[in-house]
Amino acid sequence: MIETRRPILGVSGLHKTFRIRHSGIAKSLTAVQRVEFELYPGETVALVGESGSGKSTVARCIARLIDATSGEVVLGDLPLTHIRGRALSKVYEDLQMVFQDTHGALNPRMTVQATLEEPLRLRLHLSRNEREERVRRLLESVDLGPELLDRYPRQLSGGQRQRVCIARAFAVDPKVVLLDEPTASLDVSVRGQVLQLLRRIQKERNVAYLLITHDLALVRRVSERVLVMYLGSVVEQGTTAEIFNHPTHPYTRALLSSAPVVEYGRVKSRLRLTGEISSAVDLPRGCPLAPRCPLVQASCLDSFPPLLQVTPTHSVRCPVVLAGAGAGKDAIAPVREHSATDSTHGRGRR
Amino acid sequence: MSSDPPLAAEQATSTDVLLEIADYSGGFTSQTGVFTHVLNGVAFSVARSTITALVGETGSGKTVTALSILGLLPRTFRRISGSILFEGRDLLKLDDEELRAVRGSQICMVFQDARTALNPVFTIGTQISDVSRLHQRVSKKQARNTAVEVLDRVRIPDPRRCMRQYPHELSGGMAQRAQLAMALVCRPRLLILDEPTTGLDVTIQADILELIVDLNRNEGMTTLFITHDLGIVAETCDAVVVMQYGEVRETGTCEQIITSPRNAYTQMLIAASRFQGVSE
Repeated sequence: MIETRRPILGVSGLHKTFRIRHSGIAKSLTAVQRVEFELYPGETVALVGESGSGKSTVARCIARLIDATSGEVVLGDLPLTHIRGRALSKVYEDLQMVFQDTHGALNPRMTVQATLEEPLRLRLHLSRNEREERVRRLLESVDLGPELLDRYPRQLSGGQRQRVCIARAFAVDPKVVLLDEPTASLDVSVRGQVLQLLRRIQKERNVAYLLITHDLALVRRVSERVLVMYLGSVVEQGTTAEIFNHPTHPYTRALLSSAPVVEYGRVKSRLRLTGEISSAVDLPRGCPLAPRCPLVQASCLDSFPPLLQVTPTHSVRCPVVLAGAGAGKDAIAPVREHSATDSTHGRGRR
Repeated sequence: MSSDPPLAAEQATSTDVLLEIADYSGGFTSQTGVFTHVLNGVAFSVARSTITALVGETGSGKTVTALSILGLLPRTFRRISGSILFEGRDLLKLDDEELRAVRGSQICMVFQDARTALNPVFTIGTQISDVSRLHQRVSKKQARNTAVEVLDRVRIPDPRRCMRQYPHELSGGMAQRAQLAMALVCRPRLLILDEPTTGLDVTIQADILELIVDLNRNEGMTTLFITHDLGIVAETCDAVVVMQYGEVRETGTCEQIITSPRNAYTQMLIAASRFQGVSE
C-alpha cells in the first residue's frame, strides 16, 4: 500500500565519520554507517537507539546541520547533500526540526511573538498585518493563548516552550519534521498533550515525522515504522507491530526486554548484553554488537553482517539469529544497500 | 486531600517502620522576603526492608522531602510544622554534629547525576575509603580493602582498576555504581535514591535496578526510591507514595497503586505513562 506512494524523504547509504584526536593520535569515529530508509507523507517513522547509537547524527545530517561523509538525502525530488547557500535555506520551508532542549532551541532574547514571526518574515515575505494574524493563529493551533506573545522563553514552562518550538516549525508549511526527543524533557502529564498536538497537526497537514527517541512506550504509541540503531547502523527495521511483537535482533530484544513497563507483577525475561556500548572509534570490521552479544559466534567477528529480509517490511542485521530461527538461509534475501566502498559521492573536502 | 491518614503507616506496625514523616510543612523564603509554600502536611512512612517509591512530577516536592530527611536543605528553607522520625528519633531536632553522624553512615543518599555528585579531582578509591575512614575509624589499608569489596558488591567488573580511576573516566552507568558503592560502605539502614537511573540507557538502567532489588532482597536494604517513572515503580518497589504540589496524594502498596489507583492524579499519571489516549 505504501509502496505505491512516493516517499517524501529518501536516505541512502548515509555515512558520517568524525576525525578526532585520541591521546594525540588521529583516529576516526564512525557515528553513522549504511543508514538507508524512506519516509512517506503523513507517516511517523521512529529512529530508536541508546546514547551513542548515532540517531541524532542521522537527523543532523538530513537537516544539513552537519555534512554527511557520504550518502544521499533526497527531499521530494531535491537531493540535499550538496545544496548550499540560498538554495539550502529554501529547503527549510519543507524541512523543519524540533529539539529536545527547548531552552537551547529558543533565543532567550526574543519574545514568543518575535520567535514565531521570524520564519514568516524570512521565508514567506508577508506583510506586517498578515504576519501578526498568522502568529496568532499559529499560537492557537498549539493551544496557547495570545497572552503569551510578549513573554520570553524563561517565562514559559517546559511544555509551553516546546509548544512554541512546534509552532515555529509549522510557521512555514513543512513536509517533513525531524523530532529529536521532543518529549524527553517534559513531565509525563505534559508529554501526552504535546504528542496529541503533534498527531493532530500531522493529520491536518499530512506531514511526515522522523521521531528520534529512546522512549519505547512513545514509539509504540505514535509511529508506524521503527528503525533500531546500534553503534551507527540500523540493526533491525520493520513496522511497529513487527518490532514490538517479533523483535528479532539480539539488540532489539535486549532493548525491549530492559524497558520498564507500568504493569504490576510482570515477569521480566531479560535478554542480557554484557558490558556497555563499545567505542565508535576505529570500529572493528565485524558486527558492532559482537563484544556484548549473548549469541556471538566466530563468524560475527569476520564481516559486517548484511541486512536480511524477514518480510517485505521487516529486516534484521543478524544472520546468526535468523539461521537459528529455522528460516532457511536461502529464503532470506539480503536487502540491497550501498556499502562504504561503492559509495563514491563523498563530500571530498580536504 | 492531605487529611487522609497515610495508608502504609496504618498497615505497618510501629516496629516495622524505619522512617516516619508526619505533618511536614515548609517552604522557601526568597531574597525579597517572599515565602513560597512547597510542602504541605507531608506524611508517609517507610517500612523496614522495603523499597518505597516517592513518585511525582517536577515541582511536586519529592526531592525537597528527601533532602529534609538528611538535613541538606539550604538555610532559606523554613519548616512550619512536622517531624521526621528515624528509628524513633526526630531528625529535625538533631544539631549539625548529630546529623553528620547519621548522614553517610545510617542514612545515605545517591543522586541523579553521578559524575557531578562525585568529586572530580579524587580517584574513586580515595573517595570511597574516605567515607569509611570518617565513620568507622579504620586504617587506610582496611579502608581500601572495604572499598574494593563494596565496588565488587555493586558489580563493577574490575574493582581494583576502578579504585585508581577518576569520575570522568567512568561511563554514566559505572559512575552510578561507584556512587552507590560509596553509599553502601557503612551499611546504612536507609538508602535514599534520587532518580538514580534518569539519563542512563535502558539496558544500563535495567542492570542498576536489578542491583537495587538484589540489595533489598539479599541484604534487607530499606530504600526510599525517588522517581517519576511509574514503569520503574511497578517493577522494583513494594510501596508507593504519590506527591503533587507538595502534598501526598495517595499511598499504598505497589499493587494497589498500579492496578487500582484511587486518586485522580495517580490515575492520570499512570494513564499518561502508558501514553493512553495519545493514539486515535
